[in-house]
Amino acid sequence: MSTHAHKLPSQVPVPAGIAVRRNRASLFSLDRHAPVIAPAIPKVGLDEICLSYRTEKGERLLALDRISLEVKAGEFVCIVGPSGCGKSTLLHLIAGLHSQTSGQILVDGKPVQGPGTDRLLIFQEHGLFPWLTVGQNVEFGMKMKGVPKPVRREATRYYLQLVHLAKFENSYIHQLSGGMRQRVAIARALATEPDVLLMDEPFAALDAQTRDLLHDELERIWNETGRTIIFVTHNVREAIRLGDRVVLLTFRPGRVKSEFQIDLPRPRHLEDPSVAAVAGDILNELREEINRSIEAEYQDGVRPHIDLEPEKTDRGQVAGGFGL
Amino acid sequence: MKRAARFIIFYAALFGLWTLLAKLKIWPPYLFPSPWGVGEALYAGFQDHSYLIAIRVSMERVLIGYGISVVLGMILGLGVASNKFLEETMGGLLVSLQSLPSICWWPLALLWFGLSQNAILFVVIMGSLLSVTLAMEDGRKQMPKIFGQAGRNLGAKGFKLFWYVLLPASLPFIVSGLKQGWAFAWRSLITAEMLYLSLGLGQVLMMGRDLNDMSAVLAVMVLIIAIGYLVDGIVFKSMERSLQHRWGLTTAS
Repeated sequence: MSTHAHKLPSQVPVPAGIAVRRNRASLFSLDRHAPVIAPAIPKVGLDEICLSYRTEKGERLLALDRISLEVKAGEFVCIVGPSGCGKSTLLHLIAGLHSQTSGQILVDGKPVQGPGTDRLLIFQEHGLFPWLTVGQNVEFGMKMKGVPKPVRREATRYYLQLVHLAKFENSYIHQLSGGMRQRVAIARALATEPDVLLMDEPFAALDAQTRDLLHDELERIWNETGRTIIFVTHNVREAIRLGDRVVLLTFRPGRVKSEFQIDLPRPRHLEDPSVAAVAGDILNELREEINRSIEAEYQDGVRPHIDLEPEKTDRGQVAGGFGL
Repeated sequence: MKRAARFIIFYAALFGLWTLLAKLKIWPPYLFPSPWGVGEALYAGFQDHSYLIAIRVSMERVLIGYGISVVLGMILGLGVASNKFLEETMGGLLVSLQSLPSICWWPLALLWFGLSQNAILFVVIMGSLLSVTLAMEDGRKQMPKIFGQAGRNLGAKGFKLFWYVLLPASLPFIVSGLKQGWAFAWRSLITAEMLYLSLGLGQVLMMGRDLNDMSAVLAVMVLIIAIGYLVDGIVFKSMERSLQHRWGLTTAS
């Protein structure tokens, strides 16, 4: 494993109950006293990723076109683009749930072959298991890994505290609100101790207040655990609120249009004038792509049905799949 | 309360009508037994242990046969649902086979397994396998794809993926198919037992016919209905209730 050298924004207030656990967090990936050396290998490297698929009519369509991207360990990168640009699909590729047509995805310099618990995807619709309790959901990844039960129990309790849901360990998913479910999903992903968190518009379906709270929580968790996060959203302000860097994708085929380094001090807020100013710049570039996506939608009437192997006809695969 | 009252009124009326018809003696009692005649036959049957033995033998057979059907059906259904070739070829065959009464397999079963327990089991399996298979296929398709993806994402694969994710995720969609499979298994068993003297409830029923004892025939029929109803009410109802509790939804049934 490479050295996790990354900056730690210290302005973020950490709740007292959690602060004690900082030491624990450093067990897996955070070492604040490590010398800051730029790692030779990026945590996640995308090298000329292309993905094409067949439409129902049998035409081949290029969804992702030569996407190259490097993400440093501990970095928070947001990917924005209009719906249909393939940003969600890109996350599924990194997660190893599908394979790209050409190009290479490297994690710690090693090519990705299928799913792995070193990088976990958090779905827009959380994907929690309704037949398990909240606690059993969080435990699930560890159980698959063969972690012994007492260790699992302890880790589950820790991660549920991290997302402030300790009281709900024995509840079932349908008893929780949308925001709570997304927090369980985050706890479940973190519990398998991944190096990289892949988040696919995780807060898109939530109301504004809940989303604000979850932004704060996610930033805090990122600080405490030092994970690398790749966060997909169609919301430019959200991307600036959270990301060290914002990557803009073009509409069909998805290409990297431009990248923005976000150097605003943390914590940021969605309503900050500085956030709005940066958002204005990015939106200007994005607008062109949004217009293209809207034009295409009016032309086709219906968006093409994407046929991806091996999981077919998956709604989540209709890249983006969510209105602007 | 109201429900219980309606329940009592309905069965009292049914019972009354039956008693009345028996009392009128339109048909001789050996053709149309009275309710108390059936009651006496039931009592006598339990008294000499013949019913208890028959129930035990039949239950054992149906549990083995149904158990094999469930395991095989789930594997088959999953295979058909996840493989396009199998779906196109075997999918249609399975649906058309379902129109075949399971007892049509009896002559073949006799040839292959002889007059034995295995022949009966074969008919039971053929009776319930298709329901389970089709239910599992349908359940796998209806099940939201996100569960499979989330499971693989969290490191589940192969058998673990099936056992811990795909199976529980499809349960709400297959529970009615499992129930139907059970009903078919139970019916096939009784039919097969009636054709072959081999203990079991089906045989006790045929014995009643051979002795011209319609009270005994009706008594066994009551037993067969009661057992089918009890399994449905205890096993499947509690399964549905547990699903409802966990998923927070009413299952399709």
